[in-house]
Amino acid sequence: MSPQKSHTPQYRPTVGLEIHVELATASKMFCACTNKFGDPPNTNVCPVCLGMPGVLPVMNRKAYEFAVRVGLALNCNIATYTKWDRKGYYYPDLPKNYQISQYDLPLSSNGYIDLPVDSQVKRVGITRAHLEEDAGKNVHDLPDCTGVDLNRAGVPLLEIVSEPDMNSPQEVMVYARAMRQLVRYLGVSEANMQHGHMRFEPNISLWIFDEAETDGGHYTPIVEVKNLNSFRALEKTVVFEIERQINEWQADSQNYRMDKMSKQNRGWDDVKEITVFQRHKEEAQEYRYFPEPDLLPVEIDEAWLKQIRSQVPELPAARLERFQKEFGLEAKLANLLTSEKSIADYFEQAVRAGASAKRAANMIQSQGLRLANERGTDVGSLGVWPERLAQLCKLADADKVSATATVAIFEAMMESEDSAEKIAQDKNLMQVSDASELESVVQQVLTENTKAVEDYRAGGKKSKKARGFLLGQVMQKSKGQANPKVAGEIIDKKVLG
Amino acid sequence: MSAKIGPEQVRKVAHLARIKLSESEVEQFSEQLSDILTYVDQLNELDTSNVEPTTHPLRLSNVFRKDEAGETLSNEAALANAPKKHGGFFAVPKVLE
Repeated sequence: MSPQKSHTPQYRPTVGLEIHVELATASKMFCACTNKFGDPPNTNVCPVCLGMPGVLPVMNRKAYEFAVRVGLALNCNIATYTKWDRKGYYYPDLPKNYQISQYDLPLSSNGYIDLPVDSQVKRVGITRAHLEEDAGKNVHDLPDCTGVDLNRAGVPLLEIVSEPDMNSPQEVMVYARAMRQLVRYLGVSEANMQHGHMRFEPNISLWIFDEAETDGGHYTPIVEVKNLNSFRALEKTVVFEIERQINEWQADSQNYRMDKMSKQNRGWDDVKEITVFQRHKEEAQEYRYFPEPDLLPVEIDEAWLKQIRSQVPELPAARLERFQKEFGLEAKLANLLTSEKSIADYFEQAVRAGASAKRAANMIQSQGLRLANERGTDVGSLGVWPERLAQLCKLADADKVSATATVAIFEAMMESEDSAEKIAQDKNLMQVSDASELESVVQQVLTENTKAVEDYRAGGKKSKKARGFLLGQVMQKSKGQANPKVAGEIIDKKVLG
Repeated sequence: MSAKIGPEQVRKVAHLARIKLSESEVEQFSEQLSDILTYVDQLNELDTSNVEPTTHPLRLSNVFRKDEAGETLSNEAALANAPKKHGGFFAVPKVLE
């Protein structure tokens, strides 16, 4: 060993993420109130979710199945026997003064998800995923009081807890986005960030080690940042905390250590873009968990599990790989098409209806997604059903319409029930690719433009421009209906012989 | 048996429950709570190594309802007993400044 020790220790971020996902059921977790965002305050409420005395909760079967579906997709062990627990705390948005959750027997545990990070597979462990009920919402911008809206109280909420396996802000973001994509694929949540369907709580600490030392390094105290509701806030929080913890450690490297300082909670200040100290975990409230006596346990047998498993569709990663193999799509395009299940389904249905994969993929990328985005809808809802997209693809593949014309035809198809071909005909967009039909037009153009013909034949500088001019004349004469490729070939043949 | 619940723990529980206790009360409850635990400890004499833990006293499971939205209360009815309300909200003292 070198006698001179390095004094520039390295660090590695160590991040685990808790994600809360609201499930897209019609009704709440334990009562029949509507589960819907954006209604007037306190209109989707009943004695159960208002926490009135003497009421009894009853489990929503679909919410349970949705949660198991996620557990299965995350390769978790699904518990055959689970129960419910009360987690006690006092806050105005929690009318019962306890939240029904799962403490020691979560419905799923010990899973993982594989993520693509820098062309490698990064596996992030899933500690557990359990069901609970969401709290209501406090509204802070009223004069002289805080308003409480309990529409959200009792909405089924899935808490997914990862292992502290992420080592960079980038990995955290890949994981968080993959989770959003996954729950949307599974159809268990809209995961609409603006509606608060997904909230993040990262646990962040740094492993600080010196390669010249043999002590194995040490960790900075864990910081948990509460309730982040956007990807942007999540990313900024993780980046900020890493920086902040490095600074803290540099200021007091002997004491800023996990074994000397307790875990702390911090909040994200979206305006100042910093994290703000809230409390040390040692002052944390005691949740006084105990088994929920009002609810019965859940037991899952093989038959039920099999039925739920059958509702797990092909997952994004598998589909991405298959799209590249089966359809020969490049990674970027395949990624785009599999980003949402609705897009991937739309694409596959069009291909099954006879569209060539590449044509359909390009058409969806350049037109479908652009128009869907403009209109704030998804590509499958534009009115150009997959079968009709296939008609258009086939026309283009057969050179009956030009690539340029497909744009106008696609847009017209959104407003009309007519076939792609009929629209193309009505709009004079059918393209003439038949050489014999084009011959006479070409001949006429050549006869009328002898100078250009000479220039083209002469070769050299002007040649290319002259050919372009001749082709332009053909297009003009045919009212844009000539297939430029075929017309060009005829010009070449006639002029160059 | 020595005190199972010392004064420190009594103070902590009192803090969590937001109860103020005098020093003599801390003493008193430390003793009483310890006595209760000692009494309950008698159960440990039973050998339960072959008994599955009970998580619910009823021998029932899987009581579900269908995921269907039903009737809800009107906003007026929901807020009928609220001591304070504001524009459809339950009004509580300001949580954040």
